[in-house]
Amino acid sequence: MNIIVCIKQVPSKDAPLAIAGNWIKESDIGFEMNEPDSYALEEALRLKEKHGGEVIALSLGPERVKQTIKEALAKGADRAIHIVDDHFAQLDPLGSAKTLAAAIQKEKADLVLTGLQSDDHGFGQTGVLLAGLLNLPHATIIMQIEVVDGKMKLKRELEAGWFQHIECPLPAVLSIQSGINKVRYATLKGIMAAKKKEIAAMTHESLGVSAEPTQRIEKIYVPTKTKKTEFLTGTPKEVATKLVEKLKFEARVI
Amino acid sequence: MKILVITEQRQGKWNNASFETLAAAQQIAKDTSSTVSALVIGKGIAAFADELAAKNVAEVLKVEHDLLEAYTADGYCAALKQVVESAKPELVLFPHTYQVRDFAPKLAAMLGKGMIGDCIGYRNEGGKLVFVRQMFQGKTAADVVFVGTAPWFASFQSGAFRADLLAAHPSGKAPVNAVSVTVDAEQIRTRPLDLFKEAKSAVDLTQAPLIVAIGRGIKAPENIPQAEALAKALGGEIAASRPICDEGWLPMERQIGSSGQTVAPKLYLALGISGAIQHVVGMKGARTIVAINKDANAPIFEIADYGVVGDIFEIMPALTEALEKTKTA
Repeated sequence: MNIIVCIKQVPSKDAPLAIAGNWIKESDIGFEMNEPDSYALEEALRLKEKHGGEVIALSLGPERVKQTIKEALAKGADRAIHIVDDHFAQLDPLGSAKTLAAAIQKEKADLVLTGLQSDDHGFGQTGVLLAGLLNLPHATIIMQIEVVDGKMKLKRELEAGWFQHIECPLPAVLSIQSGINKVRYATLKGIMAAKKKEIAAMTHESLGVSAEPTQRIEKIYVPTKTKKTEFLTGTPKEVATKLVEKLKFEARVI
Repeated sequence: MKILVITEQRQGKWNNASFETLAAAQQIAKDTSSTVSALVIGKGIAAFADELAAKNVAEVLKVEHDLLEAYTADGYCAALKQVVESAKPELVLFPHTYQVRDFAPKLAAMLGKGMIGDCIGYRNEGGKLVFVRQMFQGKTAADVVFVGTAPWFASFQSGAFRADLLAAHPSGKAPVNAVSVTVDAEQIRTRPLDLFKEAKSAVDLTQAPLIVAIGRGIKAPENIPQAEALAKALGGEIAASRPICDEGWLPMERQIGSSGQTVAPKLYLALGISGAIQHVVGMKGARTIVAINKDANAPIFEIADYGVVGDIFEIMPALTEALEKTKTA
């Protein structure tokens, strides 16, 4: 079973973000593997261990992305494709997907995995768009994959505690839900082995992709958030009513 | 401009985010002198269509087919592509549900268009619609605009608009128009099987979106059921600060803090927790923090978004009741 895992590199979770136009200042901050993608990678490695085949890590981004690619290789991916693009942050979801799809088309993959969404743009569209562009069946928010007789039985998470089983043929594209597995650490042996693994470099030009954007981020900004505590007063009943109202319509968390 | 809202139902039940998006569409329509059409898709959906027709919409589109009874991305995309092509809306809006995430970007791409997903608001800048969404896990907001020609596709995050502001039809009922679509069984490549719920096994508080946490202020184990009732009304998990677990009042796996779990839920409701740093490091990443404590100087208020200075034993039952009420409303 040959599996391509799409992996994005994103700013570290604790990185202080300085806004610059419609992106952030990249100097002076750390980057890491997008956490949802690390679950997709782990799932790919487990499927390979069970069914054989090859795991290819595919990443789009500037030179710094190599560090995350190497991490994927150290964890057990067999080889990698790096689509080098210094301006990847300006791509819209369809533009990113078209670029990734062009690289995927050059391979014979049985399965393409993505994480659920990225922790930077957070579009959450890549997997579904890849399926459309590659004309493959897909499913998202996957919590379990079982491969039987060339078909997959999937467990998909729905809202409010519901799940659904889905049968999906191969080849296919799946977006993996975070928490589907327990992600492994790279071993020293893995890190050493990764040094000999191939990272094929590609570009938009070499892939022959140029996509007109369908949307544009005009600017990003810190949301006007007042961490000043808002104190609610009144009788317990009044306070409770006010609080529910606030949580529902202001904080929008319930 | 013509706005089309794609609503969502499953097994005879609405996804209520549909009405929030319909309310958003009505607001945009008012701002831009547009009309709103509402679409319902499935099989045996006449009652849903009638319910939509009672809202302030120009028309309801009813898309019925045997192969659309159970949701599949392939079936929905095939059908909705035909509807968008024939109805010719400029703006197609969805509630940002798990199901919409599963098919809407592909539907847009099939028409050569993009989708701005998970929006929390919009602005009308002299006829140009600017959509607001979050980036970097909510650390920043972004203004996003469409480039190129209509149709444009966007989805609104649940809670971004208020369904209770939805306007009723001014004169009774909008027309319901059935739209026939062609869907072949061969087009549907995935097969949806059983829908099920799982009995909760081991607790993973890191995955819980809503957490009710108790501290020393709970005073005695006999009082814990009150907090549990509140957690249940909220649909959240119960958790605690270290002392409660040390006492054995709750299992250690429910402990939040430096020696327990680190969580970042959407909502963290701290009841009778003073906010010692050992606890705070385990929950300060929560998106919204509510603190209820009798001590107005408790450090927990420094990081709380909403605070109540008062007796948790008075507020817990009142809050439980208020939450129950919103569920039945």
